[in-house]
Order: sequence, then C-alpha cells, then structure tokens
Amino acid sequence: MTKAGLQALLSHWLRNPVQLFTLVVGLSLATALWSGVQAVNAEARASYDAAAETLGEGQFAQITATTGTIPQADYIKLRRAGWRVSPVVEGRLDGVRLIGIDALTSPGGIAPVGLNEGDLTVDMITSGILFATQDTLDQIEDYGVQTLPNPDVAPGVILTDVGTAQRLLDMDGMLSRLIVAPAQPVIQPPLADVVSGLSVRPPQGGSDVARLTDSFHLNLTAFGLLSFAVGIFIVHGAIGLAFEQRRPVIRTLRALGFPLGRLVGLIAVELLVISLIAGAIGVGLGYIVAAALLPDVAATISGLYGASVSGTLQLRPEWWLSGLLIAVGGTAMAAAASLWQLARMPLLASARPRAWAMQAGRGRLTQGALALGLLVTAMLLGWLGSGLAAGFGMLAALLIGAALALPVVLDRVLAFGASRAKSVMAEWFWADTRQQLPGLSLALMALLLAMAANVGVSTMVSSFRLTFTGFLDQRLASEFYVYADDAEQAAALRTYLEPRVDKVLPIQSADQGVRGLPSEIYGPTAHATYRDNWLFLNAAPDAWARIEAGEGAAINEQLARRADIAIGDEITLAGRQFAVLGIYGDYGNPIGQVIVTETTFETLFPNVSPLRFGLRMTPGDVPALAVELRDTFGLAEANMVNQAGIKAFSLDVFDRTFTVTGALNVLTLAVAGFAILMSLLTLATMRLPQLAPVWAQGLTRARLGRIEIIRAVLLALLTAALALPLGLALAWTLLAVVNVEAFGWRLPMFLFPLDYARLAVFAVVAAVLAALWPARKLARTRPADLLKVFSNER
Amino acid sequence: MNARILLLLLWPFAVSAQGFAGLGTGTDGFSTPQQPAIFDFPADHGPHDDYRIEWWYLTANLTAEDGTPYGLQWTLFRSALTPDGGEGWSSPQLWMGHAAVTTPDAHFVTERLARGGIGQAGVTADPFEAWIDDWQLVGDDFDTLRMTASGPDFAYDMGLRAQGPLVFHGDAGYSVKSAQGQASYYYSQPFYDIEGTLTLPDGDVVVSGQAWLDREWSSQPLSDNQTGWDWFSLSFEDAKLMGFQLRQTDGTAYTSATWIDADGTTTPYTDGAFSAQPLSVSSVAGREIPTLWRVLLPDRDLDVIVQAINDQAWMDTSIPYWEGPVTVTGTHAGVGYLEMTGYE
Repeated sequence: MTKAGLQALLSHWLRNPVQLFTLVVGLSLATALWSGVQAVNAEARASYDAAAETLGEGQFAQITATTGTIPQADYIKLRRAGWRVSPVVEGRLDGVRLIGIDALTSPGGIAPVGLNEGDLTVDMITSGILFATQDTLDQIEDYGVQTLPNPDVAPGVILTDVGTAQRLLDMDGMLSRLIVAPAQPVIQPPLADVVSGLSVRPPQGGSDVARLTDSFHLNLTAFGLLSFAVGIFIVHGAIGLAFEQRRPVIRTLRALGFPLGRLVGLIAVELLVISLIAGAIGVGLGYIVAAALLPDVAATISGLYGASVSGTLQLRPEWWLSGLLIAVGGTAMAAAASLWQLARMPLLASARPRAWAMQAGRGRLTQGALALGLLVTAMLLGWLGSGLAAGFGMLAALLIGAALALPVVLDRVLAFGASRAKSVMAEWFWADTRQQLPGLSLALMALLLAMAANVGVSTMVSSFRLTFTGFLDQRLASEFYVYADDAEQAAALRTYLEPRVDKVLPIQSADQGVRGLPSEIYGPTAHATYRDNWLFLNAAPDAWARIEAGEGAAINEQLARRADIAIGDEITLAGRQFAVLGIYGDYGNPIGQVIVTETTFETLFPNVSPLRFGLRMTPGDVPALAVELRDTFGLAEANMVNQAGIKAFSLDVFDRTFTVTGALNVLTLAVAGFAILMSLLTLATMRLPQLAPVWAQGLTRARLGRIEIIRAVLLALLTAALALPLGLALAWTLLAVVNVEAFGWRLPMFLFPLDYARLAVFAVVAAVLAALWPARKLARTRPADLLKVFSNER
Repeated sequence: MNARILLLLLWPFAVSAQGFAGLGTGTDGFSTPQQPAIFDFPADHGPHDDYRIEWWYLTANLTAEDGTPYGLQWTLFRSALTPDGGEGWSSPQLWMGHAAVTTPDAHFVTERLARGGIGQAGVTADPFEAWIDDWQLVGDDFDTLRMTASGPDFAYDMGLRAQGPLVFHGDAGYSVKSAQGQASYYYSQPFYDIEGTLTLPDGDVVVSGQAWLDREWSSQPLSDNQTGWDWFSLSFEDAKLMGFQLRQTDGTAYTSATWIDADGTTTPYTDGAFSAQPLSVSSVAGREIPTLWRVLLPDRDLDVIVQAINDQAWMDTSIPYWEGPVTVTGTHAGVGYLEMTGYE
C-alpha cells in the first residue's frame, strides 16, 4: 500500500516536471545564497583568526619601548627579575611582514604553526625556518633560509624564530616588543625597577583586526540571513503549490483508506529527499558564488582595514553542513504549515480550491498588531539601546515588522483604490487584486526585504565612499610622500628635498596609551596644509593656533568616543598634561590618535626621528622627482607614494566593495523575482473559477493576461514605495547605530535618489518578468478549460 | 595547532614512541658515559653540553613549626638538540625548570622554559649558579646554596647547607640503566639541611628539613624497551636509600639501588637486589598511578611501606609525571621522595 501511495504522490511530479524544477531551483537558490555568503564569511574569519593569532595583538599585554626597540639584555633582565615576557622581533622583508617569536616562552595561541617532524625543531632553532603560506613565500627572495609552506599562518606574514628574524632584519641583540604572559609569578618587582624606558600596554578585549572587520562581517551575515529569508518565501510558495495541486490525489488516497499518518510521513520523506538534493546543489552553487565573490571580498577587506584575507577558498565543513541543514530546515519550516493543514483538513474539504491561499489571509489583525509591536520595538531599541547587539536587534525588528506590515498596508491601499474605482472593470480589478493578496503576500514580503536591503546597503556603502574620499582629500593633502629606510637617510633626504619642493612636512609618530587606549601620537610641522585641510568635528575657538602654540592637542573621534573625552578635557602624554582643543574625523583607523605640534612632539619623544615626509609641490613635478630620488638615494618604489596613487587605490577598494554588494543585490532581487513567479503560478491555476465568469462576460483572454501584468507592476510599485523608507531606515541604523558600535565613529548619511529609482525599475522589471509567463499562460488558456469551470460548478 | 604543541615538539624529550619522554632515543654524535667514571669538581657541577640531557634535581622533605609536612622540588633540565651548535639564539641547548610545593592537601607546580645561549637560563660551576629566569640555586660552592623559585600561586626562598659528602651511584658514579648497558653519570648530595620560607596562597610558612640533590647526565639513559621508572630517595634515622626500577615492556623491571650510611659510605646494588611493588593505585589526572608501595632490600633487611603524603602530586608540566613527598614505615621509618614517570 505504501508503494502505491508513493507512486500516486510521485506521479504528480512526473506530470508537473516544471513544478519539481522550480521547487528544487528555489530551494537550491536559497541555499546557494546562504551558503555562499557563509563561505565568504567563514573563509574571511578563518583568515582573521590566523592573523590575530599570529600577531597575538590584543590578547596579551605588551611591553614596548619609547625608542622603538628593546635591547635583548633588557629582556633577559626582565626574565631574571621574574617577568614572564616573550620576545617578538618584527620587520619587513621584501615588503612582507616578518615576525620572529620564541616558541618556548610565548603564551599559548601565538604561533599557529604545526610541526610534524622532530628534525624541523632542530633546524628551526639552529639554522632557521620561515613559515608562511606559499603565496607569501613566493614574494620574498632567497635568503638561504629553509622555507616551509604552512596554510595556518596569516597571509602576508612570515613566522620564524626570533633569532632568525634578528639575523634577516639586521636587528642583532634587539627586540621589537615583549608579550606579557597572562600568568605572572606571585613575587615580581615593578617594571620600572628592572628596566627603564619601557611601558606596558594592557591587553585589549579582542584583537583590533577582528573588531574592525566585525562590522563588515555583520553586514555580510545580515545579507546571508536576508537571502535565506527570501529563499524560504520561495520554498514556501513552491511547497504550497505542490500541496494545493495534489489535494485531489490526497483526497482520493484517503478515500481509498490510506492512513493519514502514513500519508503525512510519505510526504515528509519525499520533501526530505528533495531538500537534500536541492541543498547539495545549493551548496555547490554557493561555492561558485563564493569563489566568484571572494577575491573581491578579500581585496575589500585588506584595502579597508589592512587585514589580509587569502584569496583562496577551502570547502570548510561548517558551511557546507550549514547549507544542507538550512535547506532541510527551511523546507521543514515551509512545509510544516502545509502538512499541519493536511493533517487537520476534513476528508472531503481537501479538494476545495483556494483553501490554502485563503488560509494565509486569516489572522490579519494579529499580524498587523505583531508588525506594529515589532516596529515600536525597533524604535525603542534605536532610542534607548546600546551596543552592537541592540543595533542588530533593531535591524531585525525593523525588517520583520515591516515585512509583516506589508500585506496589511497593501490591503488598505487596495481597498482605498477600490473605493475610488469609477468603472465596473476597475472595481473588479481592485477587488480581484485584493483577493490575490494573501497568496502573493509572502512573495511580496520577499521583494520588500530584497529591495530594502539593496537600498540600505547601497546607501551605506555609497555614504561611506563619499565621506572617505572627502576625508582622503583632507588627509592626503601633500602631493608626494617619501619614506626613508633609516634616520640617516631621512636626514639626508630632508636636506636634499628642502630646496627642491615648496615645503617638506615631516611625519613622525610614537605609540602611547592614552587613558588606557592604544594610540598614536603625531607631531606634524605647523603649516597651512593642516590648518586648511584638517577639519574638526568639534573644537575650541582658535584650536589650530593654540595647538601650534603648544597649548593643547587634537584627538580623533575614536579616542574621544571610547575614552569619553570632550573638548577642554585633559590627557596625559609622556607625563605631561594637554588640553584637548579639537576632535577630528579619522575614518578607517582602528586606534586612537593625538596631534601635537612638532616642537612639542620633539620634547615629548626626543628619541623618535621622522622617517616619512609629506612634500608640498606642483603635482606635475612628482614623477620627475620620483625618478631623481630613485637615482640619487636608491629609494625603492615602495618608499615613494604619489598622492594620486593612494586616492586611486582607495577608490578602487570601494569599487570592489560595490562589486560585492552589487552582485549580492542582483542575486537577492533575482530570488525575490523567482518568488513572485512561483506565487503567480500557484494562483494562476487556482484562479480559473474567478476568471472564467469575467471571460464569459466578454473580457478577452489577451486582456486578462495584460491585466495580470498590470497587477504585477502595481504590486511591485507599491512594494517598492514601501521598501524605500524601510531601506533608508535600514541604512540609518547601519550608519548611525551599528557603525558607531562597531567602529567608534558615525558616518554622515547621503541620499542617492537615482540609485533608488533604478532599483525600483529593477523591481518592476523583475515583477513583470515573473508575471510574463503566468500571463501568457492565461492568455492561452483553452476556452474549453474556462468553460469547464462552469461544468464543474457545484 | 597551538604554541603548546609546537613547544612540546620543540622539547626533544616530549614526543617519542621510544620510551618515556624520548629518553630512549639514539645518541648520534653525542658523548656517552664511559667507565671508569672520573669526576672533576667543581667543573662537573656545571653543564656538559656534549651530552644530550642533564639535570640538577633537588627534592626536600620539610616540616613547618606546627608539624605539618611539606614537600619541595626544584629542578633544572638541560636538553641539547645537537651535540654542537651555534651561539645566541641558534644555540641547540634548551632549558626547562620545574618547581613544586606539596602539602598534605594541595600541590603547587609551575614550569619555565628557556633557550640556551641568551642568558635566560644556564649553570656555572664556580662559583656555582644554576638559574632559569628568576629561579636560582646559587652559592659560593656546592655546599652552601640559596634556592628560589616562584609561580603564579606560590614561591619559596630556602637556604641549604651540606652536612655530608657527595655520594656516587652505581660504579663510582657510572650508573647502569639497562641490561643492554645504557648508563649515565650519577651523583648526589643527599645531606643538605634546609630551611626557609614557603609563600603559599594562605600566607608564608617557615619550614625546615632535609634536602637531596641529584646530578645526572647522559645521552641515552633508557633502552628502547623501557617505558618509565619509579625512583625512591628515602631517609631513615641512620641511613639513606636511593633505589629505582626501570619498567620494561615485557612486564619485568631493571632495578638499581645505593645504600648510603650516615657518614656517606655507599653500597651499590645491581639489578634484582632492590625491588618495589605497587600495593594500591590512585586516580591522578585521569591515570591510575601507584601511590602506595612495598619496597624491599633483603640484603639490608629492609621491608617498608612507602606512602605518598599527597596522592595528587601530579606535575602537570610539558612532560607530565608524578613527584611528591612520602612517609616510610616498616622495618625502617622515615621520609623521602617518590618520582614516577611513564604512566599513561
């Protein structure tokens, strides 16, 4: 009997292969989007973890010297005084970051290097081994040191023994910094009693890199969830359709005495198999999506935050497994209601058409109340909440609330339209559209969310781009930047350059904690360049003049927000008090920054000499000067940066961001369009009883088809009109709430009406495309089928 | 992969299929102990870089003023990756320090690791100084020493004064470890009086007692079929006993012992004379470890029960083992130290 039942159920798919196809494709698409985004996220995160572990930043307290390097003898003094510290030697080797550690003393989790052969350990200590990814190893010359490719090392980093690093970097007897182990002995003298000139930087909660990139990942994750939600709408539609069309079969089977429980079981198994197949296809597709996006994501992140992400994709179990789970879970969610209804539906009522569609229309009041509740929650969270979680809670409440509100609002709008209808035809059109709303509402919600996400994310990215490029113009005011290799060369360069350019602006900085937060202190030369270009977000009167007179300092927005510093407050730099006279925007910088005048800087940090110079000059003379410097000083290309080049690079980074968000936008819209298609197909076959009387009264099939398309356009436009404010609210939340929590600065929001109009056009096109097939099908319905409606009249 | 694994791999003792902690590995290029053993003091109190492994191993049975027994350990291991090698960071010499304090109901343990060649750890013979980080065992000569160590939850500062001569194990310091002839140079100073202060979480404790320092170096002290050892250093009213058994894969053991009279006169015993039988085991760090033993040396009419003061004296270090103070009852009464390795 089970076999016969199964045959009967499966025969449906044989008769409707297109429906099976749409179900599988819908589910696959949803899974693909989800797992694609997950893959990109997982890959990027894995890279960060490796980076964060390799650098050991944040996790542990660090000891640094004001002079930049720590003599090895001081390290031994500290160890012998009971300080459990571990040495790090850092530098650049052919532009690649070389980090030397001592594996015996470094706290756990610093070195993600696995060794398998005992002999390696001997080599590592006695002759040296460089560990890095193959890509990174390919970037350096042969230094006569054994290299060992290791995928666990962060991209762009070479890990080696501290002794090997000292040798390669020409830093014999010198260390860059010391990592402080979390567990220290009970008896320990104060640091200053052992060695002077060193300072301890406390551990930070989570690494800089991770914290910085969290926002980007959260955006991607939100995108993934949204894609999934949109996908589930499709699956819901496809399964609903399959159930609807199989009602006669189910009724017949039950009338023949097939037990209900077994029937439900069979359908569940059938759905499980379909979802597993679709899930597998989806994971495969997701891999392709991810592989296509990853190079851009990697470039985006490394460009924005300086965190390197390897551009290769590994098939990580966590995301293909999650893809399959999502497919099965999503199907279960989408099918639960249908199965529940099937189990409850009275035997003879099963074949009643539209029962399923109308079911969705019930409880509109409850839905409206829920939507209102969620929207109010979103507002309250935005108003009262704090923290990243509140920001995302607000996003979720906003999106779900808006989606739930959509059918209610559309219903009211359509009712209004109906009340204004002048002709019978128009009245029928409004009423019929309203009647279809329950069946279409899920698909329209998908469209709403897709569009809102597109509006929101595009606004955020574009606002970011505008602000950032404006900021670059301020910050990169000099036409040409030159980096010296050492102090000697720096001095020679300065002497050489002074008569040749309008002004040489030395750029010097020192790392120092300000109110417990890691910060960089800058000491620029007093010059119109800064006065003209560095705009304060908030400042005391005559701020620049007073800073130049050594009366105070300016700090960046991050430091002001994190340490809660206001204009007029005092901060301590190298033991001296400074009043904060100005706060400036400093986008993209993970840590705090303080600006004092050059002379003040020199008294505070006498041991720091500038290695970088900004040159004010005629832009056209830059290439010639570059050639001159290369020939005279042997300066490498990497040591000279043309300001135009930096700007071009920064813009390039944003264009890549656009590629990623653009690709995701198109995909979500396509998925939403697919959902509309599925819903219209579902409704088309069910609506013959409603259309047949209209046809019988003289409306041609072609006209009926056109009306279908007009209806789709109308609904898409209405949805788009609602999606715009929702998208803007989303953007505002991302810029003014989430961004502040994740980055520490607020981005001004810009509006891009042309983009939104284009999006609306896309949405309408998607809707028209989705309506085209059902409309064409309707226009070609055989009159006999339409007549049959009346013969079947009960 | 984390640094701890890297560290374990770096430490040549730690990972080896052959014997406990890699002590059963080949000697390629390293010197091996030769007979007759000829010592040159004070130079031989210092390191022997051409041998693979070496240790300065001090244990002490202590009593507080209120009568509470304590155990104390201070150990410095030297391990060479290669018999000869570079200077500074490229030095093949690695150092490992273990310090512990055992009370009847607690066991404090900590570990230090260091590279040779940079001054973070080492040993000089004259004047004597053995150190790793802030831990040290230092004195003008080997008879009068100051010993310090500290960890996250304990520290100690002790003074030692030798009350007797050095004693040499096996054949005048040439100590055979297996029937195949593996051997080490092995001498001890078992006659230290010790006193000082333990800094424990509950406060400082003034203690005094007896300490025993072992010096041993070799390049391959275990044979391939030996999996671990049980080592006893026991102090009775008028004599001392050092005895160990090396457990072998076939279930038998290779034993060796030295009877030390009060004046330092030694009687070495070769394989079979000394025996130790586990009487009951304790569950320690997820393993079954014998903490109650019957120890026999029929030649001296010795038949004693050796019981751990604290069963849980587990050394949770890179190379984990059991080491703690014991009490001795039976034909001879006293205190001592027990070390057990190779229990999985």
